[in-house]
Parts: sequence; structure tokens; C-alpha cells
Amino acid sequence: MELSIEHITHAYDTTQVLEDISFSVQPGEIVCIVGPSGCGKSTLLRFVGGLERPNAGQVMLHGAPPAGCLNPLTYIFQDFALLPWRTVEGNVSLVLEDHRMPRAQIRAVIDDVLARTNLTDFRRALPRQLSGGMKQRVAIARALSVRPAVMLMDEPLSALDAQTRELLMDDLVELWTREHFSACYVTHNLAEAVRLGHKVIVLSRRPGRIREIVQIDIPLSERPERGAELDRLQRQVWQIMREEARQADMELTDAA
Amino acid sequence: MLHERVQERPPAVAPPEIAIRPEAQPVPFRGGGFQPERQPYVAWLVFAVLLLLWEAGSRTGLISSIVLPAPSQAFGAFMDLVRTGMLWKHLDASLYRLIVGWTAGTALGIVVGLLIGLSSLARAGLLQLVSALFAIPKIALLPLFVVWFGIGEGSKVATILFGTFFPTVIATYAGVDGVDRNLIRMGQSFGLSSRSIVRKIIVPGALPAILSGFRISASIAIVLLVAAEMIGAQYGIGAYILTAGALFATDQLIAGVAILAVIGLVISWLISRAERFFLRWRV
Repeated sequence: MELSIEHITHAYDTTQVLEDISFSVQPGEIVCIVGPSGCGKSTLLRFVGGLERPNAGQVMLHGAPPAGCLNPLTYIFQDFALLPWRTVEGNVSLVLEDHRMPRAQIRAVIDDVLARTNLTDFRRALPRQLSGGMKQRVAIARALSVRPAVMLMDEPLSALDAQTRELLMDDLVELWTREHFSACYVTHNLAEAVRLGHKVIVLSRRPGRIREIVQIDIPLSERPERGAELDRLQRQVWQIMREEARQADMELTDAA
Repeated sequence: MLHERVQERPPAVAPPEIAIRPEAQPVPFRGGGFQPERQPYVAWLVFAVLLLLWEAGSRTGLISSIVLPAPSQAFGAFMDLVRTGMLWKHLDASLYRLIVGWTAGTALGIVVGLLIGLSSLARAGLLQLVSALFAIPKIALLPLFVVWFGIGEGSKVATILFGTFFPTVIATYAGVDGVDRNLIRMGQSFGLSSRSIVRKIIVPGALPAILSGFRISASIAIVLLVAAEMIGAQYGIGAYILTAGALFATDQLIAGVAILAVIGLVISWLISRAERFFLRWRV
């Protein structure tokens, strides 16, 4: 399934947020969106998944969803968005219960995704007992359970400490190597972007426009060994962004 | 049981030897305090000391028995109630009114509170009305209820129902407002039906606020119970207190008030149990 974002433009009241954004997400591709804070990255992702409507432009899905797909566009949120009153398995089960699946099948799906995210031992734990990294693993398991065509990841590692972030990045790479999921990955962390992205879209400061699209052809699995090349790429992206970020930092924020 | 995965760890490096010099001084402790600790027996002790002082004051004549009867006299009045079996008649009548009125009032309050919380139309139409009626002392309406619902059980139950309805509405809609919007967006992003979102995300999320609303509505219910039983009631703790007051039987009056206090304590304990059960997921 291919996702194309076509000429998205948006303004809140009088503040122009996004201007003519177009790009596509191919099957099995991770597209990272980076940009200075307040450039509308997260807003863009909400348009992509249909949680908000842009003033102009549209998001199109091409082709039929893969077999067994329950929710083609599935989010992973920065704040995890787990129900604190449900256990790990209850949180996964939440998104399956509305699909009229037999109980045994729900159980089987839960067992499967918990095993794939190494959470089997924690299935009866409540979110408050888990570390930030484990909570995000639960959210990933929940997303996997609906067999998404495209994962929409909104700064999924930004609420975690640097060490946990490294661990989860490795997990994501491993997951991608196995399943070749496609994703639209919003982040402000350039190291994440060059580590996970096949394509890095650099947005300008508000109003967000596409400044540049950086293609990264190094296979994900080889990236840890080719640190020098990644560093060069990261510096390249930073050069593009640097002045934008500096300007964005000095802007007054009147808009909410 | 969850976190104790036994793993082999590399041996720790021995800490370097530190020679303590003679002029060294330990850093003085400056933290601590400002943190409530559990002191389970103090409450009972305060209660017992107060009772003892009161009893002693009465026995020595420092407190006139007309002004305030001794605790032992009040206890005597209470034992009279038990002996004659009147205690159960009064309790039976009062608890019936309390339970029916409070249950109906909170049930309706939760329904209307959810409506106000979920629908902009209901909020626009009802919120001001609820705020206006909430402020009216329901005791003032009691004569009206007698006209509407009769001098029997109807007016008494209606008073408690009205009194508990409004605080529950306000607690419930505030609870719904307080539910994390990100959780609702999450539900929508996974394609959950509105029914599921209300049932599985909004109601459990508002439950802490609803339960603390129960505490308020329960104490309001007890206050209104006594008020309602002062008109046309033969039995009931409120009627008993009223009769005792009319006869200046202050020992009976104190006994009746003590029974109300115990009812209040029991209800508060029940709500704590409910909170511990339903809100296990909180710390």
C-alpha cells in the first residue's frame, strides 16, 4: 500500500502552519520528517492519519490494504497513550475488541505481538509499573496487532532517556528487518532520522515547507557499522536545518 | 516477580581505599520532615481522651448535665434504644431513605453528567441550569416536595435525590472533561466506535472524579436525611433526634447524633473500599 501526501496547506486562524507539502511513502519505506520545533511536523502527521483536516490538499491511499489489516494507518504516540487502568495485554486487546474477532483469535494475536516485542513476561503488568521504554514497546505491540499498512510515528522516542532511545532504535531496526513495515516517522532528533530513515524530509521553520529531501541508500542493518557516513549525513541535514532552527528559536509564539 | 530476571553480572570493581583525615567532619543531615506519615492510633487516642475529659467534667459537675449530658448517659440512652428494639426501626427507616434517595440521585447524576460532558448541546442547555439549582439549599424546597410527593416517603426520598443529583452531575462532567484527550484521539486513531470510546476510555477515566463526588454526595445525603425526617416522620434517626430535642432529652439527642456519625464513618469506609477496588491501577 502506498501513501501519498498531496499539496497539504494549513493555517490556524491567521498563522500559516504548513505550505504545499507533497511526498509519498512507498511500501517498506521509512520516511523521516525533521524540522525545527513549531514547524508543523506533528500537525502534518495528524493530517496523514485523518485525525485532523487540512485547509487544502489531501492524503491518498493507493492499493488494497494487506491481508488481515485491521487499521491501515496506525499511530505510535510520543506519550505512549496507554490506558493506565488496563494491563499490557488489556491495552493490546482494546484495539482488537471492536473487530468481532473470536476470543481465541484475540488471544492468539496478543500472544504473538507480545512475543515479537519481548513483552510476554509483562502481560499482566499495569502501565505505571513499566519504564518509559517498556511502555513504548507496549504501544508498538498494540500497533503491530492491527497489522498496519503504514505506521505513523510521532516522536516515538522523544520522551525516553538517551540510553533507552538507543535500545528502542535497535528494536525498531530489528523489527523493520523482519517485517519491512512502512512508516512516516516525525522526529526532531537527527541521529534517529539518519539511523532509521530511507528518506529524510527536512521542513523549514513555520510556515513549514519542504526544504530538502535527503535519500539515504545505506541498508538499515549496515548503518551501525558505517557510523562515519551516517555522521556525515547527519551533519549535512543539520547544515540545511541550522539557520531555520536558529530563526525558529528566536520567534515569539503567539499561536497556541 | 516481574522484574527479577536473574542475569549474570560482571564482578564489580573494588572501591578505592579512602584515607579519613583527622580534620574531616560528617556532613550534617538537613533533609527529612514535611511528609505526612501514617499514625494509625493517634485518631483513636484523641477520641478517647476527649471522651474521658468530657465524662470527668460531667461527673465532677464542671459540665452541667442540662447543658451537656455525660457520654455514659448518652450511651445509656443508646442502650435503651437497643433494648426496646427501636434502634432497628429507626435505622431501617433512615437507611431505606438514604439508600433509595442516594442511589437514584447519583445514578441520574452520572447519566446527566455524562451527557453534559459528551454533548455540546446538552452542555449548552443544561450546565447553567445545573449550576443555578446546585446552589439552592434543598431544605428550602422540602415543603414544596411535601406538596408534590406527599408527606410520606416520597418527599423524603426526593429531597435526598435532589440533593445528591447536582453534586454528582458536576463531579461527573468535570471528570469527563479531565479525561486525557490524547487517549481519546488514540481510540479514534485505532478506529474504535464512539460507544467503545465512551465505555472503555471516558467512563474509566472519569471514575476517580465520580468516586470523589460520591464522598460529597453521601455526606449531603445524611444532612438532608435528618432535615427530611423532621417533617412527618414517625421513625428514623432524624425523627428520633427531633423528638429528643423537643423533650430536652439531651442524652437521647447525643445518642442520635452519634449514630449519624457512625453512619457517616461507615459510608466513608465503604467508598474508600470501592476506590481501592476500582482505582487499583493508580499508585
